[in-house]
Formats: sequence, structure tokens, C-alpha cells
Amino acid sequence: MNVSLKFSLWLTVFFSGIVATVAVISIAIAAGLPEEDYRVLLRIIEGQVPMLGLVAVLLLFACAGVLGWLFRNYITAVRSLAEQTRIVFASNPEHRVLSSGGSDLVELAAAINRLAEAFRRLQIELETRAGASNARLEEERNRLAALMSELSEGVLMCNVDGRILLYNEQAKALFGAAAQAPGARQGLVGLGRSVFALLDRDQVAHALDKLQFSLDQGVGFPDTRFITNAVTGALIKVRMAPFLSAVGRIAGMVLTLEDVTELLDLEGQRRSLLQTFAAGVRAPMASLRAAAENLTSFPEMNEARRVQFIEIVAAESRQVCAIINDALSEYADALKASLSLEDMRTADLLNVARRRIEAVLGLPCSVEEASVDIWIKVDSFALVEALVYLAGCLREDYGVRSIGLRAAINGRFAELDLVWTGAIVANDALSLWELQPMQIGTQQTPLTLKDVLDRHGGEVWVQSHKISQTAWFRLLLPLGAPAAATPRRSLLSEGRPEYYDFDLFRYADTVQGLAERRLVDLNYTVFDTETTGLEPSAGDEIISLGAVRIVNARLLKHEIFEQLVNPQRPINMDASRIHGIEAQALLGQPTIAEVLPQFQRFCEDTVLIAHNAAFDMRFLEMKEAATGIRFAQPVLDTLLLSSIVHTSQEGHDLDAVAERLGVSVIGRHTALGDALVTGEIFLRLLPLLAEHGISTLGQALVASRKTYLARLQY
Amino acid sequence: MTKKILIVDDEPNILTALEYLLQRSGYDVFLAQDGAAALQQVELHLPDLVLLDVMMPLKSGYDVCQRIRARAGWRHIKIIMLSAKGREAEVSKGLSLGADLYVTKPWSNKDLVAKIEQLLESAPKPDGT
Repeated sequence: MNVSLKFSLWLTVFFSGIVATVAVISIAIAAGLPEEDYRVLLRIIEGQVPMLGLVAVLLLFACAGVLGWLFRNYITAVRSLAEQTRIVFASNPEHRVLSSGGSDLVELAAAINRLAEAFRRLQIELETRAGASNARLEEERNRLAALMSELSEGVLMCNVDGRILLYNEQAKALFGAAAQAPGARQGLVGLGRSVFALLDRDQVAHALDKLQFSLDQGVGFPDTRFITNAVTGALIKVRMAPFLSAVGRIAGMVLTLEDVTELLDLEGQRRSLLQTFAAGVRAPMASLRAAAENLTSFPEMNEARRVQFIEIVAAESRQVCAIINDALSEYADALKASLSLEDMRTADLLNVARRRIEAVLGLPCSVEEASVDIWIKVDSFALVEALVYLAGCLREDYGVRSIGLRAAINGRFAELDLVWTGAIVANDALSLWELQPMQIGTQQTPLTLKDVLDRHGGEVWVQSHKISQTAWFRLLLPLGAPAAATPRRSLLSEGRPEYYDFDLFRYADTVQGLAERRLVDLNYTVFDTETTGLEPSAGDEIISLGAVRIVNARLLKHEIFEQLVNPQRPINMDASRIHGIEAQALLGQPTIAEVLPQFQRFCEDTVLIAHNAAFDMRFLEMKEAATGIRFAQPVLDTLLLSSIVHTSQEGHDLDAVAERLGVSVIGRHTALGDALVTGEIFLRLLPLLAEHGISTLGQALVASRKTYLARLQY
Repeated sequence: MTKKILIVDDEPNILTALEYLLQRSGYDVFLAQDGAAALQQVELHLPDLVLLDVMMPLKSGYDVCQRIRARAGWRHIKIIMLSAKGREAEVSKGLSLGADLYVTKPWSNKDLVAKIEQLLESAPKPDGT
């Protein structure tokens, strides 16, 4: 019950009780008086009514004073102590209770704090023990994460409902780039999201049927492959294998994914090239051969005939040349180096080579930094081995004692130089080394340097500079494209990204009303906005949107949404001071109409969470008419949830709540930073809400509605 | 004065055809069938231009090109590299090593003669060494 209401009730009862007691005693005394005395008493009382009224008012104030003191020192203080104690034991064990109540309560607070200390010590001891036993588990997790991130293919693991349990960065990149495309309807890769937003449901279902059939036939490790067309047009080769439950039923599937668009395209081009040659060259070659054979077989032919055949030879040979040249220039790309090559930064490649040269040959080696990033298309292993091999040849045959490595750009090629001083190496020596199987330390490979270069479409030669007495092998290799950027790590926790959650296995897509679902089982998008000002109805606009997902009661710090927005209007100076975003930074950023559809896809099938959600939702609602984008999902507000569990605590702003619940604040007043803090707060509020009997979404929404802060309007 | 051209190729049919073509175009023509012979001919005749096949046994056209460019008295000599492969990296290698032009086989006689004339017109005088 509300404290003020309780106080009013107590005061009424207390005051009425005193008044009633005095009245009853007075009536009892008056009833025993003789008639004459009773009349005299009535006259006296009638004369003293104002005085009695004054006494009653004074009595009321006295009662209020006494009760107020009692409330402050015992009732409110006890409630505050209880709430603070719940924080200590449910959310923030470092929190210590404070009592502003009477001396007995101060003593009680001290006792609770001693108990909290003991509890914390016990907890730390337990955590240490649990930490030790978790260390091995963590190691296994890291191994899995490392394995996943090192794979060149994308990997998705799903349960039978198609809910993603695990993915790696490559899978995210494969579909992530597609999802960024303007107007794309492609879904996103994320834990708990549906794989059917990424791949065709019928194709996956058909593949599952085939796997089940194979299992029924007794095949031990069945798999199936198919090529699917992603919505953006990319062709993806999918290899799908099942994994089984304890009772032998399909519990889920592992999908390895490879973008084969380029591969199939090149294959098509090579086929066309062959067809062009086969069809185009045959006819002129037939005429050429017939004419030439006529000339050699019949030397006695007359002059006119001879000239005729010679002209045929000239014309048809020109025709063959034209066909060959046209085909080769049209299909130049198809004849380029192998597709198994990867894009790599030369600086990374040269540093790997440096370490190998030092480790295998014991030769000091240095890398000269290039002024710009240079990307090449390489089989990095083979190329590093080639560099080590060349360095080894120099050491063995020319006594070279140290090696330098550097890279530069030359047109559409990168030049990788392996530099040394002193010895002059003849081209003949290099020609010989090119054709020998490469010897790396004590190991001999079947590959030659020429094999490696041919595979790359590259060349090598030796150059020297007489004055500086330096010489170098120059490897010419085709430039590559910068690989996809790695995800941002700012604001995010240390350690490997968590791209998997096997607890999601236990979820089946049961049809159950959201309101009845347990809060800990739901998926959430926690978001925050930064704006040009505080008045959406006066035209203020969103300038930044940040969001993070909560799945299976875990904050997925690597599944984030972060986007600056061009508000197409000036930013209020006060707002700019808070979030530090200036108008300059927003030029060239997309407008809210472009950003909202992407954000809506990010939020799909989740409950929204924000701190002071009414404010952020108002901004989103203001755009509903213009963009047609409506956020119809339920919304939870951590400000309201905090005021539900901490009715006696003052301050429910983000900083106060974060401090109370022991959430460290990083990146405050950036949309993503605040969303991350809000997410942490929500997770810490969950056990406190459960103590208040709030464990389902429906209960949380009803309780939020009741709390008086819900009446805040923007 | 008649300009001198050295043709280097290990393929006799090409040598014959090019010799005839360039003599008819008004040049003094010398022939070599490998890299070593090519360097001897350069030493002997100091040609104004060398038509140099890339793929030859023992000493490649790249090697000959580097040798010519390495010698101060030969640097004025124009070099046209001839190759059947014509990959972009090979073209780039030839030009990096000092060739003036890189021509892919098969060529048109008319175009080849035009390119030779153009190069020789732009040629500076030998430095007298």
C-alpha cells in the first residue's frame, strides 16, 4: 500500500480512537451525575466549544507528529531496509544498507550489513570454487569459438524448429551484408532467430526429410547438400547434417554455408569460353587446313588457283586470331587465379612470413611497414612457404645473413619484395629455384615456386641496386579486396564473442500467449535513442538509435544495432551537450525513414525494453504515419520496473538504478551504451520482480501500468 | 641511316616471317635463336630495337631484357617483348624490367610495323658509348 495512504489511515484511526475514548469516558461520567449537575456541565461545555475544538485540532497535530516520527523512524525505514536487503541478496551483493530510522533500526542495519559481509564472503568462496570448475568448461567453449571463427565457411546450428543455436562470424557476414542492402527483406543472423528468414523453408524441410529417410535406412552419418538462392540473389551452397537426441530422433541440424555465386559465375564463363573456342575456331580451321593441304598436295595447280588458296589461308588465319583474341579478352576474369585464394592484408602476410623465416631458418628478418593497407588474393600458407623457401636458398647458396620484407602497389598488382644486401643473385639461379620442389627447413614439399606463382597468377624476378648493394626478389601478385570488417568491439566486454546458446534447445515453438510466457524465457530488444531535443511533438527528431538483444536471459553484446540518423533539422544545444553528437557527424547518414525498416527487422519477434520507454516510444510513434512502420510488440520500461521493486528508493533515473543494482556504466549518453546499461539493469531486475510475484510478461505489464510513474506523458 | 633490328625467337618460322617482313619494311635485320646469342648480337651490331620473345630455353627474354637495361651503353635500345601467354602479370613483369612494349602473339604484321616505326621515331640518340 502507498505510504501516504497508509499514514492517512493510521492517523484517522489513532485520532478517532482518542476522540472516541474521551467521548465514551465523558458520556459515562455524565450519565452518573444528578440532573442539576448534568445541566450545569452542559452549560459549561457549550461555553467552551471553541476551546474544545482548538484542543481537538492540537490533538490531531500531536497525533500526526507522533505518527510521522513513528513512520519515519520505523515504518518507512523498515520498508527501505527490507528493499535494500533484497537488493543485497538478489541483485547486488556489494550494496550495503543504510538506515535513517531510529537507533534500534540503525543497529539492525549494522547487523544486516554484517550478515551481508558474511554472505558476500561465502558467495566469493563459492564463486571461486565454481570458477575453478568452470575454467575447463570455459576452455572448451573458447576452443569451440576459436574453431568456429577459424572456419572459412559459415556455420549455423539450429534446433528442429529452425531456431538458431550457434553461428559464426562468417555466417553473419554472409547474410549480414545482404541484410544491409537497401530494400532487402532478408532476415538477420542471431541467436534464437529463425533460420527460415535466411533460407527457403521448403528447401530446408525437404533436406530434413531426406536426412530422416537416410537415418531410417540405417545410414550412420547422413548429410545432404543443396544450393539455395538468397533473397538478394547470392547463391549459397548449403551442406546440412543432423544431430540426434538421446532417443535417436533429429534434435537439430548443422548447416555449413558457402557463397558460391562467384564460383558458379566463373564456371559458367569458363564453359562459355570453351564453347566459343569449340564452335568458333573449327570452321575457319577447316578452311585453313583444306587450303594449306591443297597447296602442298597439288604443287602443279595453276597460278590463279594458288593465289585463291593463299588468300583463303590469309583470311581464315586472320579470322582465327580475331576469335582467339576476342574470347581471351572477354573471358579474362574466368582465366584468373584459383578461387581458393583468400583476401589478405600484405602486412599480416609478411609478418607471418617473418616469424616463419626466423623460426625455420634462424635468419633475422624485418618487415617494412607500407604507408597504406594493401590487400592481395593469396593462398597464404603456400605463399609464406615460398618466401621461406627463397630466404632459405639465399642463406644456403649465397650466405645471406638477414632478410627484409616489404610491399607496394603497382597498378592492379602488389609487389612483395624479399630484400637482402651484398650477394648478387643471377637470374639463372632464380630460374633453377623456381622449378625445384621447395625445401622448407628439413621438410620438402611437392610444390615448386612456379606452381605457387601460377596458382596466384603471379610472377617473380630478381632486381638489384648497385649503389646501395641491395637486391630483392620481387613477387608480383594480383591485388585483392579488403575482407569484411570485423565487428566493433567498443563498449563490449572482453573475451570471445558468444555466438552460441545450446540452452535454446529446450525451446519448442509452442503456441502460447505472450502474456503467459515467463519473463526469463522471452527474447528482448533493449534500445535507446538520442534526439535533437526533448519535445517530439514540437518536431524534435531521433539522431541515433542503439539496441542490443537479450535471448534466454543473456545480454548478447555482439548482436547489436547502432546507427546515426540524419534528423534533417538542427540539434538543440542542450541536447548536443548531453550526447556530444554534432550536426556535422550526421551529414550523409540515412534518414529515420531509411533506418526504421532495418530497426524493425532487428526487433522482429522480441519484446521491446527501454528506460523511460514512453519517451523513446513517442518518437517512434511520431514516425508511424510517415513511414508506415509500427512497433506493435509489448514494451517494458526499466524505470517502471525499478519503481515497482523499489517503492521506497528515491530516484529511478538510469544512473541511480544502475548504481543501486551494481551495473557499471560505460558509454553513457550514447544510444548503444545506454541500451547496454538498460539491458544489464533489466536482467538484475528479473529476480527482484520474481520476489514480488512478477514472473510473466502479463504480470510485468499490469504492474507497470499501476505504478504512478506510468502517468508520465511526453 | 638504316635502322637496325634484332629479332630473338626460338621458333624458326617466326624468325623467317619477321625477317622477311622487316627487311621489306626497310630495316637492317639480325637474328638470334636464344638469349645468349641475342646478347652477342647486341654486342656486335648495337641494334636500335630488339624484338624479344619471352619464352626461350636457357635464358628467358626477361633475362635478356634485364641485361640490356643494366648496361649503360645499351639503355637507348628499344625493346618489344613478344609472348604467346600475355597474362596481365607477365605484361607487368616485362614492362617493370624495362621493355618499351609488350605484344601478345598472334599479331597483325601491319600493326607490328606501325608500332616499331613509332618507337624508333621517338628513340633518343645513343649516348656514344
